[in-house]
Amino acid sequence: MEFEMYLYAFLVGGAICALGQLILDFTNLTPGHVLSGFTVAGGILGGLGIYDKMIKFAGAGATMPISSFGSALVQGAMAEAERNGVMGVLTGMFELTSTGITAAIIFGFLTAVIFNPKG
Amino acid sequence: MITGTGTVAGPFEGQGPLKEYFDHIYTDNMAGERSFEGAEKEMLINACFTCLNKAGKTPQEVDIFLSGDLLNQTITSGFSALELAIPYFGIYGACSTSAEGLALASMLVDGGFARLVLAGASSHNSTAERQYRFPTEYGSHRKPTSQWTVTGAGAALVAPAGKGPAVTYITVGKVTDMAIKDPLNMGAAMAPAAALTIIQHFADTGRGPEHYDLIVTGDLGKLGRQLCVKLVQSRGGFDLGKNYNDCGLMIFDPEKQDVHCGGSGCAASALVTYGHLYNKLMQGELKKLLLVATGALHSPTSCQQGANIPGIAHAVSIEMPS
Repeated sequence: MEFEMYLYAFLVGGAICALGQLILDFTNLTPGHVLSGFTVAGGILGGLGIYDKMIKFAGAGATMPISSFGSALVQGAMAEAERNGVMGVLTGMFELTSTGITAAIIFGFLTAVIFNPKG
Repeated sequence: MITGTGTVAGPFEGQGPLKEYFDHIYTDNMAGERSFEGAEKEMLINACFTCLNKAGKTPQEVDIFLSGDLLNQTITSGFSALELAIPYFGIYGACSTSAEGLALASMLVDGGFARLVLAGASSHNSTAERQYRFPTEYGSHRKPTSQWTVTGAGAALVAPAGKGPAVTYITVGKVTDMAIKDPLNMGAAMAPAAALTIIQHFADTGRGPEHYDLIVTGDLGKLGRQLCVKLVQSRGGFDLGKNYNDCGLMIFDPEKQDVHCGGSGCAASALVTYGHLYNKLMQGELKKLLLVATGALHSPTSCQQGANIPGIAHAVSIEMPS
């Protein structure tokens, strides 16, 4: 079971990254488009309950790409909406993702304080 | 008459095949300044002073300083003009700025409006990439069609008489639009402009490619150069195969330096022309040179709004008096 999970993680994560590379190579879309596109796609799949199944199936292969972030945004909003109604969409949006966002801000800040860009 | 030139290059350009022709090569992209924008300004000022030094002139003797760069509101040129304290006209022709400045300087001198005009142009990889594409810190992958903005600055001093090559003919380019939208494929956007200006130049002067020892375009890169040769052949019937090159291709070593399609930016044509080619002219290895500097007249905003990238090219004929 464990070994199979590694294999699926490799295949699913690799497939998501390969899709991103194909978009960059064969369209005029920029990395920014790919980033937001994958987040939205992850959100839609998360809302439909498909992304959770992908995570169960492929583990880190599905949680590491940015689409997992989109899925988590929607999951948090939906869970909170069930408890508190429409307002929950707003309060719950960043519930599951606050770790990632806060980490990005803090590490970004520390990096900017310590290092200078070289070019 | 171009009586003097000054060229300064960034560290990456300083590893290229033309390094021996640059007056000064920086070891640091920051050039000892606090920001990349400050570094670009330092480079342009250095190029101007080097140029004046070599020609034995002081800034006080220069009547007009014409300069342009790629940054918003051409801050590099404006801030440099502040320190040089020479009466200043800011110009913008994107990467064609070097030829635009040289052409206008020659006209001012030839018309008797000025005795000495200094024409400068600069670009910096880190400032231009940040403004037009992605900040380098973002770490985005570069597409194979993309070009590498050259870090450096060049300046030329134009005088009514003296030792040096003369600007003998100017063909001002028209803006063309070939419906290219990708800011990572500028060579294709600018090649038609270069081709049209070259054909117009031959039509106006009755000359052909064989009149020149060398024809150089500014920064079309590998793809743009091929496109330009094809267009000049099909639309004008001239064969550029023998004596045509591109500054963006000359400044880097395509084998050793991973710059994809070649160099770009104001400094590409300025460094190659005022450094390498000016030397060749002075040494007599070249007698007649046609510089066709190319520019893409888009802004980040126009690209985001989906507008096409218009291109322009100015041709300046530079010849050693016989």
